[in-house]
Amino acid sequence: MGSLLLGLGSGVIGSFTFLRKQSLLGDALAHAALPGICIAFMLTGVKSIGLFMLGAIVSGMLATFGIHAITRYSRIKQDAALGIVLSVFFGIGVVMMTKIQHSGNGNQSGLDKYMFGQAASMMLSDVYLVGIVSLILIAVCTLLFKEFKLVSFDPGFARGMGIKVGLFEQLLLLMTVIAVVVGIQAVGVVLVAALLITPAVAARYWTYALGVMIVLAGVFGALSGVTGTLISGTLSNLPTGPVTVLAATSLFLVSVVFAPGRGLASKLLRRIRQRNEVRRGFETVVMDGERAVISNRAHAAERSGD
Amino acid sequence: MASYPLEVNHLTVAYQKKPVLNSVSFQIPSGKLIGVLGPNGAGKSTLLKAVLGLIPKVEGEVSIFGRPYREMRKSVGYVPQRESVDWDFPTNALDVVMMGRYGHLGWFRRPGSKEREIALECLSKVGMADYAGRQISQLSGGQQQRVFLARALAQNANLYFMDEPFAGVDATTEKAIIQLLHELKEQGKTVLVVHHDLSTVQEYFDHVLLLNGELIAAGPTKEIFTPDHLQKTYGGRIAMLQDFAAVPVGKV
Repeated sequence: MGSLLLGLGSGVIGSFTFLRKQSLLGDALAHAALPGICIAFMLTGVKSIGLFMLGAIVSGMLATFGIHAITRYSRIKQDAALGIVLSVFFGIGVVMMTKIQHSGNGNQSGLDKYMFGQAASMMLSDVYLVGIVSLILIAVCTLLFKEFKLVSFDPGFARGMGIKVGLFEQLLLLMTVIAVVVGIQAVGVVLVAALLITPAVAARYWTYALGVMIVLAGVFGALSGVTGTLISGTLSNLPTGPVTVLAATSLFLVSVVFAPGRGLASKLLRRIRQRNEVRRGFETVVMDGERAVISNRAHAAERSGD
Repeated sequence: MASYPLEVNHLTVAYQKKPVLNSVSFQIPSGKLIGVLGPNGAGKSTLLKAVLGLIPKVEGEVSIFGRPYREMRKSVGYVPQRESVDWDFPTNALDVVMMGRYGHLGWFRRPGSKEREIALECLSKVGMADYAGRQISQLSGGQQQRVFLARALAQNANLYFMDEPFAGVDATTEKAIIQLLHELKEQGKTVLVVHHDLSTVQEYFDHVLLLNGELIAAGPTKEIFTPDHLQKTYGGRIAMLQDFAAVPVGKV
């Protein structure tokens, strides 16, 4: 149930992230969340999702500011800035994680589950929390659909119109951070970005309308979340993250091949049809040509006959 | 109303410390078509963006109909350069035009049938009514430009800024745009157009604004669009410049 709402929420948010060409940002945010989680644990010594979320959000925001600062005040482009920040934060996170594991604190067992996610380790209260947060994310997206759409499509125009583009961008970013942080519990730090982006990319193949795409992305996300959790929970002791991501990826592959209009299969069909048409046209031209040659000869014969 | 649709005083804009516009001042008369001319990198688009508040200005004041831009947003329409957006965005032509109405809608409110009607009307004004449901990625460059124009029309503004609407469009679209500009002018609206093709300046615009980092000259096309001014704007790089100018001058 938690995974369902979680997938739904991240699919919806992911659509905007993907369309704004910030797919990698989700990845950076997720990796950046790890030190936040570790610090939250080191400070309090308890494992509580609420606290971890707080830590993850703070360090996620810090990472975003880092990326912003790098791109603004140096010549480094965003992709490089993402790479730098992502690895630095993740490095710090892994160091801290190792330190915690060697600290002998009995409470620490299970913290490593945050790397790859273990939905089964969620408690009922965690499920409620994750569910409520996801629902809030979806509600905000529905209410501000118009604004988010314009800001994603044409920020310059939006700003000229007096829409506070910066505010909405920050809000979208904050929501992305929240979606990532909520997802970490189930999918893990390393792979949570996939849950954000893959459903959105898959949904893009099926539709040309933003609204439909977002709903579809939500459905795909929810589907992969549930499938991943069920498989990892019942079949074996597999971590949830990889299984969920594989579920999302298979949805994506199906979309790539079979989606009408943009899918590979329909493109291939169209090409074959077009080729046949062109060929048919070509044949008539050739035939006309032959006829022309024949009639020419006939003319010539007539003339020589004269 | 005595105030100008657009008045700019000592506007200076800089990218990374390098000034692009240096203390530019001018006033735009009401109800005219105004061409903004200048070589690449002269700061034409920058001027538009600074006036619209899209980029921060170092110094200077901009007033629209005598008031600060912040208060006058609803009376300003903007057509960005076509390349500024991702045309693979999942939406259709009608939807993009409806975006022009968003500024008139409040927070949370969805565009309804009234907005739809306005958008359709604007699309048909640019001759694109048949393409309302078409994916924007499947439109040609000229059609995309016309969709942008329709969106600006939907804003129902009194002062329009257009950033190179003629760039890379075919003759049909160019004609449609010109017709639209004249319609706007007849309604008493003022249009500022960033333009590149010097050969059509005299035909299209009542006023020109010659720009190259600073304002070279501004005023009625007949008086300002002279070889002398063009020389100053573009430098001596194009010998043919003189052919475009209204006043024939002996030395070529």
